[in-house]
Amino acid sequence: MGTAQQADTGNSRTSAQASTRPQAGTSAGVLRAATVGPDEAVQLLDEHGAIHHDATFSPYIEKLDPEVVRGFYRDMAIVRRFDTEATALQRQGELALWVPVIGQEAAQIGSGRAMNKADYAFPTYREHGVALTRGLDLADLLKLFRGISNGGWDPRETNFHLYTLVLAAQTLHAVGYAMGISRDLAADPTTEPAAVVAYFGDGSSSEGDVHESMVFAASYDAPVVFFCQNNNWAISVPFEVQSKVPLVNRAAGYGIPGVRVDGNDVLAVYAVTRWALEHARDGHGPVFIEASTYRVGAHTTADDPTKYRMSAEEELWKTRDPLDRLETYLRAAGLADEAFFEQVTNDGDELAAHVRRATLAMGGADIRQKFATVYAQAHPLVAEELAWFENYEASFAEENTENSQTQGGAA
Amino acid sequence: MSTQNFFKLPDVGEGLLEAEIVSWKVKAGDVVAVNDVIVEIETAKSLVELPSPYAGVVAALMVAEGDTVDVGTPIIAIGSEAPAGDSKGFSAEAQGPAPAASEVPNESEQIKPLVGSGPKADAVKRRARKTPAHSTAAPSTAAPSTPAPSAPNGDPSSAPVSAQAEPQFPAANTALSAQAKSNRVLAKPPVRKAAKDLGIDLSLVSASGVRGEVTKKDLLSYQDQRAAGEGQGASAPGQSAQFWSASTPATGKVENPRQDDPRIERIKVKGVRKATAKAMVESAFSAPHVSIFVDVDASRTMEFVKRLKASRDFEGIRVSPLLILAKAVIWAAARNPSVNATWAGDEIIIKHFMNLGIAAATPRGLMVPNIKDAQDLSLKELAIALNGLATTARSGKTAPADMAGGTLTVTNIGALGIDTGTPIINPGEVAIVAFGTIKQKPWVVDGEVVPRWITTLGGSFDHRVVDGDLSARFMADVAAIMEEPALLLD
Repeated sequence: MGTAQQADTGNSRTSAQASTRPQAGTSAGVLRAATVGPDEAVQLLDEHGAIHHDATFSPYIEKLDPEVVRGFYRDMAIVRRFDTEATALQRQGELALWVPVIGQEAAQIGSGRAMNKADYAFPTYREHGVALTRGLDLADLLKLFRGISNGGWDPRETNFHLYTLVLAAQTLHAVGYAMGISRDLAADPTTEPAAVVAYFGDGSSSEGDVHESMVFAASYDAPVVFFCQNNNWAISVPFEVQSKVPLVNRAAGYGIPGVRVDGNDVLAVYAVTRWALEHARDGHGPVFIEASTYRVGAHTTADDPTKYRMSAEEELWKTRDPLDRLETYLRAAGLADEAFFEQVTNDGDELAAHVRRATLAMGGADIRQKFATVYAQAHPLVAEELAWFENYEASFAEENTENSQTQGGAA
Repeated sequence: MSTQNFFKLPDVGEGLLEAEIVSWKVKAGDVVAVNDVIVEIETAKSLVELPSPYAGVVAALMVAEGDTVDVGTPIIAIGSEAPAGDSKGFSAEAQGPAPAASEVPNESEQIKPLVGSGPKADAVKRRARKTPAHSTAAPSTAAPSTPAPSAPNGDPSSAPVSAQAEPQFPAANTALSAQAKSNRVLAKPPVRKAAKDLGIDLSLVSASGVRGEVTKKDLLSYQDQRAAGEGQGASAPGQSAQFWSASTPATGKVENPRQDDPRIERIKVKGVRKATAKAMVESAFSAPHVSIFVDVDASRTMEFVKRLKASRDFEGIRVSPLLILAKAVIWAAARNPSVNATWAGDEIIIKHFMNLGIAAATPRGLMVPNIKDAQDLSLKELAIALNGLATTARSGKTAPADMAGGTLTVTNIGALGIDTGTPIINPGEVAIVAFGTIKQKPWVVDGEVVPRWITTLGGSFDHRVVDGDLSARFMADVAAIMEEPALLLD
């Protein structure tokens, strides 16, 4: 998406320079350094598939039915397969653009599965995994990328808002919606308590909208969970340029709890998000979650990450793959057998085939529809612009047939 | 009975117009499944692998490796094994999971980056530039031992493919070497694209960007230099040294210089060049051309232009002698209507309006946009129309409609310092006027030699429509206005 930050980053500041930066000391009134370090994060399942205990968050997964844990894996595998198919469709000219999600499956499935039906999600344009957990037909996601719709689904049916292409704008919408939930609850205490999840990325964290929405959410104790998938790259801008401290530490500035979670650990993401949603639903106000993950693929199909990052980094993150570690765990704990994984593969292929069929059946965009929906009634200026456009389009048809008449000329 | 599906080159970026076919991953006769990688292409943005949208047998590869084709061009034909009714060819999937399963690469493969994936993804390798054949003097020959001279005499199998591929992707795995790095020319994608279009090797352009990158300005000034060098021959010694290739011992022995001779540069004929060539051949070999010339004392035109420039009414409007010529042509055509016509075989179509074409060199090549209903325009309106037309043409934004329906053309060869020429008529018209340069020459006035502003007007006419006397009268009328613009008041 063109609005994301893109820059020649060069070498900003080396860590050596940063460490020699003068400190203000420890007098009263002097801010202490960031408290959560860059390598700290809640982790319940490590990259080797081993379980770790955490007093606050383990209880959320210890009582989970094995079927639910298998469901996490299934969801992640299916959205990855879906992503592959959508990418292929773009390469075959069926989509104008695609935004791959590979690498971020755990952050999305874990947080999405933590939500109740009454909760409401405000996605960016990359939340395909969350869409799956909210029960969308994933083929509907492609309407936007095929250019035949400005939306693609009715958000009221699944409490999954439309994709927002304007970076960080959805965080304001989310807080407004959360403040509305508070008022509904005040007006009618029998309303089911609900919370909102505002998704955004490390690039968006630099947008003013995020700041404004956090200030308002904190001031009004809005039931909203700010869920930042820090995938380390805002198109070509590395995270080190985006922020000097781990993002989670910013929560302290707003006076709200912040949690940093291993975003490739679906169990930890699930537990942390459950905790945060309960915190919000119980009227304690917003929570900021930073899920540390990695965008393994390109920013979009129009981007080429080999131009700005080293493959060694990609290799490192592949060892932290969210699916691999859960598969290892499921097999080791005897919770899933070969037949299960085979079934998941087949289900993925079936969904992919469905998505392909549905996409090809969507047909093409009708640009006249855009003119027809500017105003409720006919408008002379719109009519004039439509006429101009049709004329303009027709001029290309002429180019093909009258080439020899119109081009070339005198020596 | 199988039907054939054609896969058209898609726009894999946002708004890309063309791509180069880098390498085919399949050949005719191969069986492909949906999403099997069939070809690798390079766009202005990246190297991309395209998966097949169809299942079936490859019937034909329709574009050769190394060719650049427009988005929308069919590049491969795949015969469907499915019944003819299934035109989309996706039935293979519907029939069962077997082919679908083969679509899924194993996990570790799947997780690769989307673009520039695969072993060739190495950024350094990908940046190896395609150095045009003439640039053997360029410093970027990463594989200096590449057998440019030896290949032609020796190995007949080192046909285009290997000869091309080797210098492009040198030193396979050790490509992170410092040398490869130092060969990297920095430039933004639009500049790279422009360089490619102009056939300029970026490594030959001196860079002035703040980070050492080649800017658009650098490129254009290099292009100007090169154009000047080509035009003026030896007048730019440094330039021509770069243009001429050093001779090699192999020269002369080469029996078939077609393939590998580094001293021969091949430029694909496409786009505007192709259209121009077609139009010119069509015109030159269907319309019998007659060309005539007349020397004109344009001193009064020069004075008139000077006065117009100074006049408040024309403030801010560019005025040139071309304006007076355009007006003169319109005026003369009204007096000799047959020059403003079309030969239609069994009839001659006389136009009672003037869509005055102006031949213009543009970034896209030669274009002849025209000023519609130029006969209705005042001098000032005509000046504005001429300026607008030139600006649009120079920025490469001339719309097809602007070039359609011309009735008579003026070509301003004087802008290049040329005295006169025999122009070729724009197809569909019967006359064209060439406007030569205007310079001071000795001229006899009332028996005395005085310096005057002299120009030569040339004209070519389709003799099927315009006979000698008519063309002469028309040119004389144009000349009369150039000599005495006041006649326009007539």
